[in-house]
Amino acid sequence: MTALAEQLPLPALSVRGVRHRFGDHLALDGVDMTVDRGEVFGLLGPNGAGKTTTIRLANTLLPLQEGEIEVAGYDVRRAPMAVRRLLGYVPQQLSIEAALTGRENVSWFARLFDVPRSERKERVATALEIMGLADAADRLAGTFSGGMIRRLELAQALVNRPTMLVLDEPTVGLDPVARDGVWQRVEEMRNAFGMTVLVTTHYMEEADALCDRVALMHLGKIRASGTPDELKAAIGPDATLEDVFRRHTGETLVGDGTKGGLREIARTRRTAKRVG
Amino acid sequence: MRSLELAGPQSVLADVALVAPPSIWRRFPSRVGTFCLVELQKLSHDRTELFTRAVQPVLWLVVFGETFNRLHAIPTGGKSYLDFLAPGIIAQSGLFVAIFYGIQIIWERDAGVLTKLLVTPTPRSALILGKSFAAGIRAVAQVIVVLVVSLLLGVSLTDNPFRILGAFAIVVLGAAFFSCLSMTIAGIVLKRDRLMGISQMITMPLFFASNALYPVSVMPAWLRVLSKVNPLSYEVDALRGLLTRSPSHIWLDFLVLLIAVVIGVVTASSLVGRLAR
Repeated sequence: MTALAEQLPLPALSVRGVRHRFGDHLALDGVDMTVDRGEVFGLLGPNGAGKTTTIRLANTLLPLQEGEIEVAGYDVRRAPMAVRRLLGYVPQQLSIEAALTGRENVSWFARLFDVPRSERKERVATALEIMGLADAADRLAGTFSGGMIRRLELAQALVNRPTMLVLDEPTVGLDPVARDGVWQRVEEMRNAFGMTVLVTTHYMEEADALCDRVALMHLGKIRASGTPDELKAAIGPDATLEDVFRRHTGETLVGDGTKGGLREIARTRRTAKRVG
Repeated sequence: MRSLELAGPQSVLADVALVAPPSIWRRFPSRVGTFCLVELQKLSHDRTELFTRAVQPVLWLVVFGETFNRLHAIPTGGKSYLDFLAPGIIAQSGLFVAIFYGIQIIWERDAGVLTKLLVTPTPRSALILGKSFAAGIRAVAQVIVVLVVSLLLGVSLTDNPFRILGAFAIVVLGAAFFSCLSMTIAGIVLKRDRLMGISQMITMPLFFASNALYPVSVMPAWLRVLSKVNPLSYEVDALRGLLTRSPSHIWLDFLVLLIAVVIGVVTASSLVGRLAR
């Protein structure tokens, strides 16, 4: 590495030539992507596209089979503990310890991330406050609503002040109000701490509104990437991200019947958006 | 562009600060402490389990113990049968608490909590060691209840606080081993229903193939062999020595349990990753 390269900040996440197999099934078929520091990066695609596998390889949950992944310059194979320290991870499934209070849940993760004892109490309180949970903090987490649980999970991920926050389908299963609440908090966190956010979602409207850049993933490959505006402009004046997605995947990979189905879904969604 | 503004050298320094970890020698005890603390917090929110789980050992002591106390059918070396039985039942209640931990880890997997634990900078072995000591803490809490019941029944227990603390240490080691056994099986079978079946299948044989209810001397030869390789026998032997001052091999028992825990932690931590795939 040259002296100049050492001074340049390394990207928050760099994925190169990653392939991954589950038995006979090729889940990732050569994925390359870079997430720059400070951006909100959306990994989009339908269920089964390979989004979650990509994330699970980056956060060391799955062993990397082929290719390279670095988080802020740390290789996931050689320095998994360093990578784990840099990431805050919120999995798709709502997952908290229901038998502990909100504060105990966050404090638990503060300890697991070695937040120094002198700062722990304050950082736990701050994380809860940012997530709008200060009043509910001492209630058992089992009594929380879905949206509150998701915000509690964000507080757990935030307490370590990670370099990159990784959110896997953060709004699935939440009602629209809770969804907006979650996105609003993510935005506030990003503004307050300047952290990088990597988010997977299959809600194209959300991605369009909130991501600086997106990558469209389908059947284990990245089909297109860029800012939402760039991608839409390349298709046409009134194009949506869903149109972009269909253009990049539908032609070659989806049969006619399904194509109609997708269009149908897109139309229904647009209608629903107008009505709602 | 926001991304360029923030991507200064400062953020690189922040990475370095984040990544600089406490040494492994501090991290292991810290993780074990964390899991024990969480266990105590859970216990403090719901204490009913302490009492529901006390029912079975009380029945053993009151019904089985009192009956055999009168029968004098089991040679106990001059002690009353209740005095002989109490350490066995204490070990048993620790075993029953610990064997639940494999089910708990599968439950945590199903609830998504395990995934989050596995992406914290916690080595797998520290996670398992933490959980096994948490099992130990919960077992001690359970054992205190059984000890009180034993006292009320008139079991002549030691009043030496060091011996009682020693007994707690033995209970922690025993529970640590059996929770590792349970988590190891969890890592192999991966499904909650299957594990529940297996847990039920193994707990009673572990109990009967030990010296908890009767001395090794009255066992048939084949059962003696099983009792010899059963860590529960060593736990009971140590508890008898510490709590009721029976002749025992406390240091051998301690060593066997310690080795069992090391093997248990190594095996369970090599399998726990399977649960998250």
